Amino acid sequence: MINLSPWVIFFASIFTGNILLTYFLGMCSFLSVSRQINTALGLGLAVTFVLTLTAALNHVIYFRLLEPMGLEYLRYIVFIVVIAATVQFIEMVVERYSEALYINLGIFLPLITVNCAILGVSLFMVIRRYTFIQSVFFGAGSGLGWLLAILAMAGIREKLKEERIPSALRGPGIALIITGIMAMAFVGFSGIVQIQ
Amino acid sequence: MSPGKELIKGFYTENPVFRLMLGLCPVLATSTSVNNGIGMGAATLFVLVCSNVVISLIRKAIPAKIRIPIFIMIIATFVTIVDLVMAGFFPELHESLGIFISLIVVNCIILGRAEAYASKNNVFYAFIDGLGMGLGFTLSMILISSIREILGNGTWLGLEVFGSGYNPVLLMILSPGAFFTIGLLMSFLSWFEGRRSSCVTNF
Repeated sequence: MINLSPWVIFFASIFTGNILLTYFLGMCSFLSVSRQINTALGLGLAVTFVLTLTAALNHVIYFRLLEPMGLEYLRYIVFIVVIAATVQFIEMVVERYSEALYINLGIFLPLITVNCAILGVSLFMVIRRYTFIQSVFFGAGSGLGWLLAILAMAGIREKLKEERIPSALRGPGIALIITGIMAMAFVGFSGIVQIQ
Repeated sequence: MSPGKELIKGFYTENPVFRLMLGLCPVLATSTSVNNGIGMGAATLFVLVCSNVVISLIRKAIPAKIRIPIFIMIIATFVTIVDLVMAGFFPELHESLGIFISLIVVNCIILGRAEAYASKNNVFYAFIDGLGMGLGFTLSMILISSIREILGNGTWLGLEVFGSGYNPVLLMILSPGAFFTIGLLMSFLSWFEGRRSSCVTNF
């Protein structure tokens, strides 16, 4: 893992190993917040930001603190506390300094704590033993991959509103099937670069 | 509120996967084989029952403002137990479920039940609710993983279903297959419900 270029990890986590379409992380908010492009974009940006930051923080905490002290088994509790604290902190900063950003982004921040993509990225980073730089690129790439997926989904769903869909398929049914088709398209990327 | 009803509601009327649509990530990711499905279901069931009971026991002592972090800490403790026990006794299953055992921490069903039920009801009902929801989740996992394993691998729990001439639909084991299976099952359920309610109104 050590000699893998950060850029390879970055692009691999957007396309071949998309956090949502390949690893199924962050499904709940993906399905519930993908009705409009604007809100999808807001949530996607917030997720990207939090992911990059928590990947960096958790990397330092795990490899500098937990592992030397032999406390690896505490990682779930520590990671989730770090994520919750980061989200809370960002919310406070954004609220204090930028009213406009808070209105657009603020409502999504509490949702992010329980978005499993965030914890998932931190855990993948530990399992694959990325270096600090690799972790930051992995976090940013995964966030952008998630943003790309939810943005595409929101675009499709906005168009779908005007289409005639069989009533049984409406709602989650059609959303999941479209996600499946998107995942098929992303399967086409696999083989270009491989991480794991 | 009868205990029987509280137990049964997780199976169909409030099924966590198909009705409440909570905790879809592990359902999509670990339903590649029935073996994995049962393992994931059992792990979730255990964490759900334990966290419901503990949260219900201390519900009066938890300050409302910091309840969510407390819930997550309690859940994370039980997930750590499951993770270590599974790694010790079922190393193969632990290997194939991988990261998704740890991700039970942020599974919305468990936090959802803690917030919506366990923090408002007594220990007995919290236990029943956790058991019912956990069993409902496990049954959904078995249903979805059966469909995917039979079509995608031609086997059920490792037993050959179609004989050696069967050419498996590999797509069903890959990620798109998970989305298609659950999407179609949800559509089928809503079609079924639509028919049932229209029958009721006709009478």
